[in-house]
Amino acid sequence: MIWYIARRILYLIPTLLIVSVIAFLVIQLPPGDFLASLISKAEETIDQAQVDALRERYGLDEPIYVQYWKWISGIVARGDFGDSFEWNRPVSDLIWERLGLTMVISLVTLAFVWVVSIPIGIYSAVKKYTIGDYIVTVIGFIGLAVPNFLLALVLMYVAFRYFGQSVGGLFSPEYIDAPWTLGRALDLLSHLWLPVIILGTAGTAALIRVMRANLLDELSKLYVDAARARGLSELRLLFKYPVRVALNPLVSALAWVFPALVSGSAITSIVLNLQTTGPLLYRSLQAQDMYLAGSLVLLVSVLTIVGTLVSDILLAWLDPRIQLQ
Amino acid sequence: MTSAPTQARDDARSASAEEAGSEGRIVVANQWQLIWWKFRKHRLAMLAGLVTLFLYTVALFAEFFAPYSSGAYSAAHTHLPPPQIHLIQETDGGPRFSPHVKGFTVQIDPDSFKRTYMVDETVAYPIGLFVRGEEYKLWGLFTLDVHLIGAAQAGDPVYLLGADRLGRDVLSRTIYGTRVSMSVGLVGVGLSLLLGVILGGISGYYGGVIDTLIQRTIEILRSLPTIPLWMGLSAAIPLTWPPLRVYFAITVLLSLIGWTALAREVRGRFLSLKTEDFVIAARLDGVRELQIILRHMAPSMTSHIIASVTLAIPGMILAETALSFLGIGLRPPVVSWGVLLQEAQNVRSIATAPWLLFPGIAVVTAVLAMNFLGDGLRDAADPYQA
Repeated sequence: MIWYIARRILYLIPTLLIVSVIAFLVIQLPPGDFLASLISKAEETIDQAQVDALRERYGLDEPIYVQYWKWISGIVARGDFGDSFEWNRPVSDLIWERLGLTMVISLVTLAFVWVVSIPIGIYSAVKKYTIGDYIVTVIGFIGLAVPNFLLALVLMYVAFRYFGQSVGGLFSPEYIDAPWTLGRALDLLSHLWLPVIILGTAGTAALIRVMRANLLDELSKLYVDAARARGLSELRLLFKYPVRVALNPLVSALAWVFPALVSGSAITSIVLNLQTTGPLLYRSLQAQDMYLAGSLVLLVSVLTIVGTLVSDILLAWLDPRIQLQ
Repeated sequence: MTSAPTQARDDARSASAEEAGSEGRIVVANQWQLIWWKFRKHRLAMLAGLVTLFLYTVALFAEFFAPYSSGAYSAAHTHLPPPQIHLIQETDGGPRFSPHVKGFTVQIDPDSFKRTYMVDETVAYPIGLFVRGEEYKLWGLFTLDVHLIGAAQAGDPVYLLGADRLGRDVLSRTIYGTRVSMSVGLVGVGLSLLLGVILGGISGYYGGVIDTLIQRTIEILRSLPTIPLWMGLSAAIPLTWPPLRVYFAITVLLSLIGWTALAREVRGRFLSLKTEDFVIAARLDGVRELQIILRHMAPSMTSHIIASVTLAIPGMILAETALSFLGIGLRPPVVSWGVLLQEAQNVRSIATAPWLLFPGIAVVTAVLAMNFLGDGLRDAADPYQA
């Protein structure tokens, strides 16, 4: 087990390296260096010394790999992500809470997806080709086909039209900038259900199908017949082995469900105006506030990768066969 | 697609009838006929196939299907709601079948400038099929003015699915959007397929270090959250680029991340085929490597690849829609479903004009159809499944 974890962590290094290069690319790709845009946007003239200081700090006159090195070593060694020019504050001041909320939403959604999809998947496998199974299948397919943001728009419209309230946001107005208290946490929970449902739909639909297929494979095996012949009750028979075996591939599905959730939460958050990384990234891209944008891409990716790693380790712990592969 | 395999089946039947006469019952059907026979039994997949075919036909002849051109606007009809279509018209000579929509009067709120439309029962605008309207150039070659559906008298305000903020016909724009949205899927998947087949093929065929390297890369790409990445990368596309170049840049971006699933599929196939007896036999006979891949292995993978390609297109369509919806993918004047949905970006605009969500229904239909079609093809392509 320890060897397995060590190997997986070793694999993490090249992954992180590539992610950091991609994030750096995001910073570098827009035409022109950002100092030019900073100068053109500033209301009063910036004095030359200040420009030179910035140029020195980001290494703008130096070759691209030096710039990369300055950027990444600043992040790793000092937690220095550069400055956001739109907000005129260090990037690291802006992102942590939003990053935390992104993770909270993604994890709660993940839990939701699991809690909903496993029982429904079991039901639709056991009651194969009944009306209930067909209904679940159709809903599942539609859930996969509707883009997150469209679902968000429709639900917002329904809430607005028929309940007369405008939904959106993660906090009531009085809590938006308040420090963390129990009240704020409860307020967050009461706003969380809508984004969780919207984000969870596609994942739930996918996992129901996986669960159903896995369980069907297991149910047709001989040991199930043998157990039934010995007079085990149907319920015990079901949960004793087939369901447990069928759950394993579902755990490995985490590896792709989690990135999809983080990815989907970006766009849903923009529509619902949630205080997560999505809208901040969107705004920073529009304002060409590239250090902020690059840092967000980097951090969201790193967190997703770490999340995937944790799920892989969990899976290996659940199913020791994985470690050998 | 529908007629050729039927033809082939009939040929096979007549051929088998002849053989049955001379040397017993030997019926020969090639792989594609088997797949087609199996596919035909899958009702839902057949229906999905027809819907997909219909969507691509609409995309091909968008100018003909759309009542108006994509840019036509009318300040007098902003946010005009979709009309009720009446089939029977009361005339002096009794009721007569004549589909039409009623006219309307407009009231403008002096404070908010919000327009309210009232149905005017006295005016009727007949709707017709194959009507003459705006002139267009089909594929830039033929100048025509026939539209499949529209106002029977050119110039009557018939907006079957309502009008948007600038008084543009939502139906026409959705039809034009089909062209871009459906083709982004095709072009994007084409590029992904190229990358996927080359890299997946190399990975599966040679194995060893190259395989590990490519598989690692795929795993890395798959563990990244795609939408934030796409957002970051597509923001780098200069605003000054012409629409066509933006279109290609976006599809390249989509396929740069989207090729991994196809590569995995190809690799898996290669790995399982490599140890098949017929491949080993070919190798022992001294057939060249490239020849083995193209002549012996490729044919038995094609059907699977076609199925996975079909399943990959919806993802591309959804991704393009999401990016354009945010305003960082395709941009007006290009019309795609995502660009159209951008009009419905906040709850205020949907509350005034819920019909702006119609392109969303088009997206869902297309994605559903391609998913069912792909599923059906995959089942049909698997010879070992009952």
